[in-house]
Parts: sequence; structure tokens; C-alpha cells
Amino acid sequence: MSLQILADGLIQGSLIALGAAGVTMTYGTLRFGNFAHGELVSAGAYAALVVVGALGSLWPASLLTPDGFTVTLALLLGLLVGALCSGVVASVIDRVVFKPVRDRGVAIAVSMASFGVSMALRALLETIFSARPRYYSEDLSIAWDFGDVRIAPDQLMVVAVVALIFILLGWFLTRSRIGREMRAVGENPTLAAVVGIDVAQVVRATWLCGGAVAGAAGVGLGVLVQIRPSMGAELLLPMFAAAIVGGLGSLRGALLGGLLVGCGEAAAVAYVGAEWRAAVSFALLVLVLLIRPAGLFGRPE
Amino acid sequence: MSGALSGWLAYAASFGVLVLVQGVACLGLNLQWGQTGLFNVGVAGLVAVGAYTSAILTTAAVAGHSGGFGLPVVVGCVGAVLVAGAVSGLLGLLTLRLRTDYLAITTFGVAVVIDLLIRNLTGLTGGPMGIGFIPRPFESLGLGADAFRGVSFVWVALVVLLVYLLLERLVASPWGRVLRALREDERAAAALGKSPTRYRLQSFVIGGALMGLAGALQAHTLGFIAPENYSAALTFQVWAMLIIGGSGNNRGALLGSLLVVALWSATGLLAASLLPPDWQARGAALRIVAIGVLLAAAILWRPRGLMGESVTVSRHLDHD
Repeated sequence: MSLQILADGLIQGSLIALGAAGVTMTYGTLRFGNFAHGELVSAGAYAALVVVGALGSLWPASLLTPDGFTVTLALLLGLLVGALCSGVVASVIDRVVFKPVRDRGVAIAVSMASFGVSMALRALLETIFSARPRYYSEDLSIAWDFGDVRIAPDQLMVVAVVALIFILLGWFLTRSRIGREMRAVGENPTLAAVVGIDVAQVVRATWLCGGAVAGAAGVGLGVLVQIRPSMGAELLLPMFAAAIVGGLGSLRGALLGGLLVGCGEAAAVAYVGAEWRAAVSFALLVLVLLIRPAGLFGRPE
Repeated sequence: MSGALSGWLAYAASFGVLVLVQGVACLGLNLQWGQTGLFNVGVAGLVAVGAYTSAILTTAAVAGHSGGFGLPVVVGCVGAVLVAGAVSGLLGLLTLRLRTDYLAITTFGVAVVIDLLIRNLTGLTGGPMGIGFIPRPFESLGLGADAFRGVSFVWVALVVLLVYLLLERLVASPWGRVLRALREDERAAAALGKSPTRYRLQSFVIGGALMGLAGALQAHTLGFIAPENYSAALTFQVWAMLIIGGSGNNRGALLGSLLVVALWSATGLLAASLLPPDWQARGAALRIVAIGVLLAAAILWRPRGLMGESVTVSRHLDHD
């Protein structure tokens, strides 16, 4: 595999990994596959677009944009708002839709409800913003040469931000009180409640956090590709595949799974054709289910 | 018959065909979810497999395309059932022994891959252009357009009636009882010697085969198919039909199909007449939201659907 393909794969894979981190968090704590996760990605991207648009009308973009980047300082604020927005949307959806279904006790019905929510959210985004592709900036990010490999400043920025989020997330999940409580609730909600953990609060924190991570992935995807109502839905299968390849519930797994899926996609684009890219996630998914259903870092149930 | 009246009847017949075709997919989903509790998010993909299989088998050969075998429509429908059943079988073998979410996620993946295949295997599927000139039964009789729609409704209705009677028999049979036992309490059923994976696989295959049949019926009534017919919106509609009509009840599945197709057509007419041209696409998105609202209302006020599951113990028992 040439170095350029590897670089492209790792860049795209970092965003898949970030999205998969959200999937794995909500799955690890609440034990269900959330089909609306893709729309949390899109919602974050659009929220950031609104922020960038509003700030862009206040100050000239050139004032906020470092040389070579198309990523403005306004987008940094957009990233925070986008992440917060997706986190809040996720919490509200859980409170209004998922919790009532969950309380009835049929686990798989929650997955089903999430499928409905996904369709409705995507349709709403399309109604508000139309299906036309949007961009944070019309400028081109001109690639820098690193030996044989060409990487755009925007791409470096995105990878750096993703790395930072993963470090923070890893610390949060293993070292903070609420992070440990999330794992406890994931293992056994009843037992967690018995030892005095506020399960409802942990569930809220999980959604806020998992949604925020999805929203951040959406902003990154918007910087590198484009913003469309279906962007998150198209990322859903890669995110699910990455989370399952890595082992549902494992943050390390989501990171490694995401990078693997990303590199697989880059290789498919280079050697087979861009139109077959989406099949890579499915192939990896099937492979893992055949060989090791628990994933790389997961424990068999 | 006066022109206006026959026009209305023809419209009703076309509407009825839509209801029945989607109703077959909904009956298939009712077997998978309603009776067995298997979550399938790839309904649209299996319908597409059926539609394309039958279209490829029955259309006339065209230069530059593979496929186009010119076989009879019946052969096409049987082919659709077999291929869609086989795809479901492979999926089931892969995922049914694992936890339930894996089935959901994998069926979602299959729908994505099927969409990819029908868009990109241009030589076989026509790619984004789809397949046209699919034979429609009784077209060669040279009936008027209105009478032809009526005849189409009649033959589709007969097929659906057959499927319905078959399913009612299956549900009331010992086999159907095992499915419900597994759905309600897997361990208890397994303790009685019923293999959960085997029964689930059978139910999943039959349900998937019915979705394939729905696709074939659609192809042979429309005469033209294209990839965008088989988006996630179709899966969502079929699910909405089942939940609104009554999961676990075959008549409920058909009633749900009637309601959802009616809402879909009504909102479509409304959007076309009220919205300015540049808002048409966005209006289409709102139609999905309308179905979502109906679905949410059904879940809130009638959680078991309009026709809930009726207690079926055995067809040998009279519960009156």
C-alpha cells in the first residue's frame, strides 16, 4: 500500500473512529445499536455551519483564517457549538423517545425507534437546509508536500483535533467518576443502582458525551468533504463496522476499528473504484462476525 | 361506463395495487418481527433483490446488457422469491446465533450493499437508469388503459390473498406456535427442545422471500424499476405500516399498508398542489415526517396497533 493511500485512510479513518467512539459509548452503557447516530453527526455539522455563517457576516473571514488553512477561528467555536448541539439533541431524543420505549422492556424496540428518529431527523435537516451540499469555506486548502505524501493543512488540523478528543475521552471514561459509573451501568444497571449510582444521570451523561463526539465528527467531515443531510447516514455503516470490529464498548477498539475501516476504504478507492467504497465496511463487518464476533478488544458474552 | 367513473375506478385500482404490493412486504416483516421478534432494517434491500431478479429474468435481451432472459412472469416471481430467500438465509446464518443488535446492523449493511450493487452493476441492472419494459401480465390483451389497471389489481389481489391464507395457516400451525414461544421466552422454548436458531432462520427466510415477492409484483405492475425506489424510506414505510396496523396480526399488516400508502399519496398530492417548485424536494422530506408523526401517535395511543395480535393457540382449539 502506498504511503499516500495510508495517509488518506488514516485521515478519513480518524473521523470514522470518532463517530464509532460515540456508538461504542452509547452501546457500552445502554446496550442498543442507535440508528440515529448518523443524524447526530449531521446535526453537529449543520449547527457549526450556522455558527460559521453568523460569525462570517460579523467579521471578514480573512481576519480569522491562518495562511494555508480554510479552517477559521469561527469554525473552532462552531465545533464547540456543534458538539454541544448534538449532545443536547441526543439527550432530548433519549428522554422523549428512547426512555419510554426502554422502560417497556423490549431492548430491540429501542433500536427500532432509533431508526424512525433517524429518518425523521434527516427529513427535518433536509427541509430546513435543503439537500444542496454546503461548505464551511469556498476556499481550497492547498496540500503540503511531505516527501511522497501530500496532506492538506485542513486535514492535519482535523486529525490533531480528533487525537485531542480521543485523549480527553480516554481520560474521562477511565479516570473520572462519571466515566467509571458509565461502565458500571453498562455491566449491570440494577447492581449499579444498588451501590448508589444515579443511573438516570449516567444515562444523560452518556448521551451528552456520545452525541457531542458524533457532532464533532460531523464538523470534521464537513471540513474535509461537504455538508449534506445524508452525510451522517452514509457514515453510519462505517461507524457501526468500526465499533464492532474493535469490539462494542471498547474505546481503543473504536479507534483501531475506525482507522482500519478508513484504510480499507482508501485502498478500495485506489484499487477497485470509488463507487465500491461503501462495501468495505460491510465486508469487514461480515469478516469479524464470522471469525471473532466479539471484535478485537471485546469480550464474548 | 361513463369516462369519469371508469377513470376513478382505475385510480382506485392503481392505488389498490400499491397497497397490496407494499402489503406483501409488510406481511413478510410481520412474520419476522411480529411473530418471531427479528429486527430487519434491510426490507428495502430485499424488495430490491426481488424486483431486479424478476426484471432481469423476464425482460427481453438488449444489446450491450447481460441478463434479459425473456422468461415468463411466473418464473420471474419464483426466481425473486428464491433469490431473496437465499440472501435472507445467508444473513440469518451469519447473525442469528449472535446478539440481536448484530442482525439489525447487518441487515442495514446488506441494504447499503444491495443499493451499491444495483447502482454500479450497470450492465446487469441498468445502474441509475434502472430497468424498463418489464413485462406486465395481460398487457398483450390490448385492453384500454383503465381496464388494464383493473385487471392488474385483480391478479395482484389474488396473489396477495394466496399469501395471506398461507401465512394464516402457518401462524396457527405448531410451527407458528414455536415462533411465538421463542419470541416470548427463548429459554423456556429451548428447554422444550426447540432450536431457537433453526426456527428463527426459517421465519427470517420466509419473511425475506415475501419481501422479494413484493419486489417482483412491483416490477410487474409498474413495468419500470430504478434504484431510488428502494431507499431507506421504503424500509421505514413498511415498518410504519406494521406498527400502525398491528404487529403480529396479518390483517393488521394489510390495514397498516392501506393507511400509510393513503397518507403517502395524500401528502404527495398536497405537496404537489401547494408548494412552489423549488420547495418540492423539501416537501418530499416532510412526507416522511408525516408518517413519523402517525407512527408516534399510534405508539402513544395504540401501542399494539389498530388490530393487535389475536390470541392464537392452535387451529384445533375453538376459542369462542
